[in-house]
Amino acid sequence: MPKQINVALIGNPNTGKTSVFNALTGLNQKVGNYPGITVEKKEGVCKLPRGVKAHIIDLPGTYSLNASSLDENVVIELLLNKKDKDFPDVAVVVSDVENLKRNLLLYTQIKDLKIPTILAINMSDRMKYKGIQLDIPFLEKELHTKIALISTRKNKGIDQLKELIINFKELSTEPCVNASEVDSNYFDGLRKAFPNQLLYKLWLVISQDVNFGKTDRNEVDVINSFKTKSKADLKRLQQKETIKRYQFINNTLKIGQTIDLKSAKDLRIKLDRILTHKVWGYLIFFVILLTIFQAIYDWSSVPMDFIDSVFASLSELTKNSLPQGAFTDLIAEGIIPGLGGIVIFIPQIAFLFLFIAVLEESGYMSRVVFLMDRIMRRFGLSGKSIVPLISGTACAIPAIMATRNIESWKERLITILVTPFTTCSARLPVYLIIISLVIPEGRFIGLSYQALTLMLLYLIGFGAAIFSAWLLNKILKINSKTFFVVEMPNYKLPLFKNVALTVIEKTKSFVFGAGKIILAISIVLWFLASYGPGDEFNNAEDIVTTEYASQNLSDVELQQKIASHKLEHSFIGIAGHAIEPTIRPLGYDWKIGIALVSSFAAREVFVGTLATIYSVGSDEEETIKNRMAGEVNPITGGPLFNFASGISLLLFYAFAMQCMSTLAIVKRETNSWKWPILQLTIMTAFAYVVALIAFQVLK
Amino acid sequence: MQVTLADIKRGQQGIITDVSSIHIPLKLLEMGCLPGNLVELVQVAPFADPMYLNINGTHLAIRKETAIHILIDITNA
Repeated sequence: MPKQINVALIGNPNTGKTSVFNALTGLNQKVGNYPGITVEKKEGVCKLPRGVKAHIIDLPGTYSLNASSLDENVVIELLLNKKDKDFPDVAVVVSDVENLKRNLLLYTQIKDLKIPTILAINMSDRMKYKGIQLDIPFLEKELHTKIALISTRKNKGIDQLKELIINFKELSTEPCVNASEVDSNYFDGLRKAFPNQLLYKLWLVISQDVNFGKTDRNEVDVINSFKTKSKADLKRLQQKETIKRYQFINNTLKIGQTIDLKSAKDLRIKLDRILTHKVWGYLIFFVILLTIFQAIYDWSSVPMDFIDSVFASLSELTKNSLPQGAFTDLIAEGIIPGLGGIVIFIPQIAFLFLFIAVLEESGYMSRVVFLMDRIMRRFGLSGKSIVPLISGTACAIPAIMATRNIESWKERLITILVTPFTTCSARLPVYLIIISLVIPEGRFIGLSYQALTLMLLYLIGFGAAIFSAWLLNKILKINSKTFFVVEMPNYKLPLFKNVALTVIEKTKSFVFGAGKIILAISIVLWFLASYGPGDEFNNAEDIVTTEYASQNLSDVELQQKIASHKLEHSFIGIAGHAIEPTIRPLGYDWKIGIALVSSFAAREVFVGTLATIYSVGSDEEETIKNRMAGEVNPITGGPLFNFASGISLLLFYAFAMQCMSTLAIVKRETNSWKWPILQLTIMTAFAYVVALIAFQVLK
Repeated sequence: MQVTLADIKRGQQGIITDVSSIHIPLKLLEMGCLPGNLVELVQVAPFADPMYLNINGTHLAIRKETAIHILIDITNA
């Protein structure tokens, strides 16, 4: 039984590398992270003929072995470290038939590392359409390799590729280009100093600023001591090397490839004329955005309502079928609603990722980035930040995950930090009930004050995001060279399999990643609300019954009074009282305090908590609203929810960081507690100050 | 006529004559932005920035601040 063959898929972005990965592994894949960084690690198993298995790793897309981002570092680190358990027995360079010239650059570099390499030329179904002809035997001879002409769209050539992988030992490891010719003296010196090392590997270690985490530290240090050239000199050499490689590639393709431009058809030009147009381009983008919003709000409401009711009845069923006791309560009131709180987000998240995947796969996303870059740049963001900022209006969690395609770490970090300001759907129920309480009905040039207030809140959220981006751009001293190069790929009809796998994988990662934390918090909240110290809590039934004995209450009313009394003296109720002095200047009482505390886990908890506190059995908003309207401020004697405290509360919710799951995702994406903690303190402090000013000025 | 890449108009083509290696990221060179290669301005965003180019068969967008460091010879008026 031969051992498993380690295969690394390497290639430029937009060459369909992931489609090849999907074609080889199907559902036998898993996505994780490289240790210590948030770069995705995709690996899978492929069954080859004759019972051989291959372990396939889909490396991040890169244009060359000269790394300029974390993702690309991963590629170099793996290829330079023979001791890595994933070190490839054979590399498969996936290239796009329409862009062979550029794709071969990376290929010649990998050949220089003397790793057996197969050239997989993808999208071969486009050859006829583009008037391209290839002389495969000639190319195989010149490039010292075997070529698999494949089309993942038409499912062609995959078997041939598998054959080549099995027979990887027959591949030549002879390099194509002698890179050392660019400065013979220098490279001779290198060769003499390290006779046992591969010359190109030495050169890569010297010329890169990669933090070789996994490679043998001593070895790297010794090689780096040979860094006798200045940075500018090294860069000049890299440039010469690139020119040299292109010379080789151009000469090879001059004979091995013929392109008949006359028979080539170009849909790209026609589409781009409209989609990147100064007026139509923006208009079309706007319409697409509206459609996405519509889908996220409207289409997902049906499955969300369904999920909600399923979990409600599940909870009911558990309560009725399990023996009474604390354990049953924990399951029925803590764990099941907690799980429901995760699962309910799935439709929105799936829709969002569906749209993003389609936009990306089709090549349209690059056009949006192109259109928006100039505007976003003024605020320290990139054209690529527009996607997360838009998705943030549904939910900050998938939005923050969508920042991954921003290469510049600084621009990406700023995007992650400001995205939670955008008005997410969890703020909506809070806004709606408070607006209906404190904003008068009536119209201003045909628009109702209440609708205007809601729109204003959306604008405030977006404004806060943009403003803080601008501020962070001034403050953050992060040295990540920001240059902007976006490839404008060809328009493609998205492959169903790719889109489906992306949606499934991203949704899964949300459910299991953030889910664990939401679940934990909801259990903790349940405990805090269900238990309390002392007599007031434990003898609540007796106390309440005695107190109201003369009032002849119905059973239901009495039960509500008991529940309310218990809550007031539960741990969370005590916490509400404890923070009352802090929130009184904002115009809130201890009950709002409890709602605030509990909604730090998730904003939408606010309304539910108030409903319980005001001992309203039914959760119809109208009833809660009436109760809330009837609450009296013990100090002023006026209504508790008046214009001043209402506006103060709205502003607090607009700015405060009240979402544990977002914090968890930020921790995961930035790989540090520093940023989520900063986000939590600064956003919440800002919210407090703004709410304080608003209340003090308006009261 | 020798100008910088930032000066060309939509539809114009040219041959790259020089790239200022200090100001141009290596990545751009690797994508084909090298002396001797053909470049065409396909489309511009408002204020002519970023610029959507076809360099040596690769379609990409760069910012104007990068384009001023690339010299070209215009081949069609």
